[in-house]
Amino acid sequence: MAKPYAKLPGWVDYGLIPLVNLAVAFAVSGLVVLLVGENPLRAAVLMVEGAFSTGDGIGYTLFYATNFIFTGLCVAVAFHCGLFNIGGEGQAYVGGLGVAIGALTFGAALPWWINLPIATLLAAAMGALWALIPAYLQAKRGSHIVITTIMFNFIAASLMVWLLVGMLKPAGLMAPETRRFADGAVLPRLDWLIEMFGFTIRSAPFNITFLLALASAYGVWVLIWRTRLGYEIRTMGFSPTAAKYAGINQTRIIVITMMISGALAGMMALNPVMGAQNRLQLDFVTGAGFVGIAVALMGRSHPAGIIPAAILFGMLYQGGAEIAFEMPAISRDMIVIIQGLVILFAGALEHMFRPAISAFFGRIATSEMKAAPATTGETH
Amino acid sequence: MDYFSTIILVLDSTVRLSVPLLFASLAGLYSERSGVFDIGLEGKMLAGAFAGGAAAAVVGSAWIGLAAAVAISIFFALVHGFASITHRGNQIVSGVAINFIAAGSTIILGQAWFRQGGRTPALPSDGSRFTEIKLPFADTVRDVPVFGPIYSELISGHSILVYLAFLTVPFTWWVLFRTRFGLRLRAVGENPAAVDTAGISVTWLRYRAVILAGVLCGFAGAYLSVAQNAGFVKDMTAGKGFIALAALIFAKWRPVNVMLACLLFGFLDAVAIRFSGIRIPAVGEVPPQFMQALPYILTVVLLAGFIGKAIPPKAGGQPYVKER
Repeated sequence: MAKPYAKLPGWVDYGLIPLVNLAVAFAVSGLVVLLVGENPLRAAVLMVEGAFSTGDGIGYTLFYATNFIFTGLCVAVAFHCGLFNIGGEGQAYVGGLGVAIGALTFGAALPWWINLPIATLLAAAMGALWALIPAYLQAKRGSHIVITTIMFNFIAASLMVWLLVGMLKPAGLMAPETRRFADGAVLPRLDWLIEMFGFTIRSAPFNITFLLALASAYGVWVLIWRTRLGYEIRTMGFSPTAAKYAGINQTRIIVITMMISGALAGMMALNPVMGAQNRLQLDFVTGAGFVGIAVALMGRSHPAGIIPAAILFGMLYQGGAEIAFEMPAISRDMIVIIQGLVILFAGALEHMFRPAISAFFGRIATSEMKAAPATTGETH
Repeated sequence: MDYFSTIILVLDSTVRLSVPLLFASLAGLYSERSGVFDIGLEGKMLAGAFAGGAAAAVVGSAWIGLAAAVAISIFFALVHGFASITHRGNQIVSGVAINFIAAGSTIILGQAWFRQGGRTPALPSDGSRFTEIKLPFADTVRDVPVFGPIYSELISGHSILVYLAFLTVPFTWWVLFRTRFGLRLRAVGENPAAVDTAGISVTWLRYRAVILAGVLCGFAGAYLSVAQNAGFVKDMTAGKGFIALAALIFAKWRPVNVMLACLLFGFLDAVAIRFSGIRIPAVGEVPPQFMQALPYILTVVLLAGFIGKAIPPKAGGQPYVKER
């Protein structure tokens, strides 16, 4: 056994194995549903219905998916550099501060199509800034980025509470939130997009940030696979030693990658803050930064995988809320379990089924060889 | 006199608040010294707290609660071991997964089984909870100046788990630095290939370390729901697992330092609770949020290498692949 695993066809490696891992994750989630005394199949049907049967359901599904595309891209960009950014939650939270600063300052004076780029820049800058210190410490001091980004999540939470109960809160308001943004800082809805397919939308805050998320996904694809910087990032992730000998400045790459990652997380704040709540509230991120980890692992760090993975999680989020009406034992917290199981089976136990699958394909290859002795293919 | 009693009160709550950190931090110590990073302390502690609170409420015995907490925490530790030792998966990813599975399932199962908004039923103090133990002579020496309050308020009057936590510190030191198992455990965290060459199973050693971590996280969880509080509340660990992780790094992976770090972080917490909104001369009002963030800030500063350097076990985070 010189090589641990036999070479597998591409569709098995990138299609079948991730699918098997996902199927196991969902099967175990089904067991949890069974454990609380409900029927998992009915739960799945209710969930899909809740997410896709009405215009509002679709609107909410895509609204949540928008958050998860941003945070998924955030984790994926760092993955390509061999870095694990758990700090998306904190970077998105602080990104909200950037959005609020822009929206509160220019909201009354400028129209939305000028406010959007300003807020995007500020959100990205704040997110990048929040990722900068962990990145610098990793690059220069060797401090483990996982630990520092976790610490920065907590520091961000404390900072935002302090700001929201203090200087950001207008006098006379009880709730820890900023004042409502002026109309110029309210992003337009994308209701027409859903109405094109014959659905009507009433309350879902599905807004233009979704298009920005899709554009960012394309941008990340261009960056990682079509630019020199992306090549350097991937080299660094694949082998830091090789990167070093190729003359790549490691500090520079780590810092730039993490700042891009943090900027993507920060941009997530646009969706809930400017697109839905129109004010900065406590805990508006609600775990989306962590969902990004599952989304990136499921999408195998590729934008083409991240978008469907984000929509799947958007569906779980929206469907999970709907399910609670029919099955009181199941709430939206179910998604946290599913998210954990996806991270476990698609991430940590990624290779669990590989030996069995590779043995299976090895056998097929051997029997094909017997059938046609002329082929001189490698079996293992 | 008034100052003195305030100090005693703050130190007393320091001890109470540092116990879960201490258990969890020592759990991480065993695991990480063997070369298995453990981000999942938080999740194991939370699952343990839930299982402890639920079992103690149903059966009516604190000890059964503790056993259930340890059992479920070991189960999650084994999942972590299965992923990161047997299947050589990414240890960080596996730990993150465990945190989420624990966070979600405690809420879902708690709501499904007890229907109290994610809580477990409140535990009465008739044996289904670890109650405060009064050490001998605590009442007789109460009026002795200085020593009296220290003994009767600070040292006496804690639950058995508190004393156990502080006894675990010298015990852990002894295990790690004075037994053959401890030597091998440390060796497998620094140079697993050498341990393997000596004919000792790296896998089994690391599994034992991970199981020990599970046991101690179970104690931490049980302390939260069966001793400190009367039942489980959803998300009751509230980041304590990560503070414990911070304490472990702050202590540079040494048992006695771990205790000091946990006491320090417990003290910060106690001060933040006791003195919220009090003005300090020349500084002004210290926001409570700053006190809450201080353990994390201190850890980042330490990791940056400004207060000594935290060097983790050399083989930490890397799965061991036997040469063929």
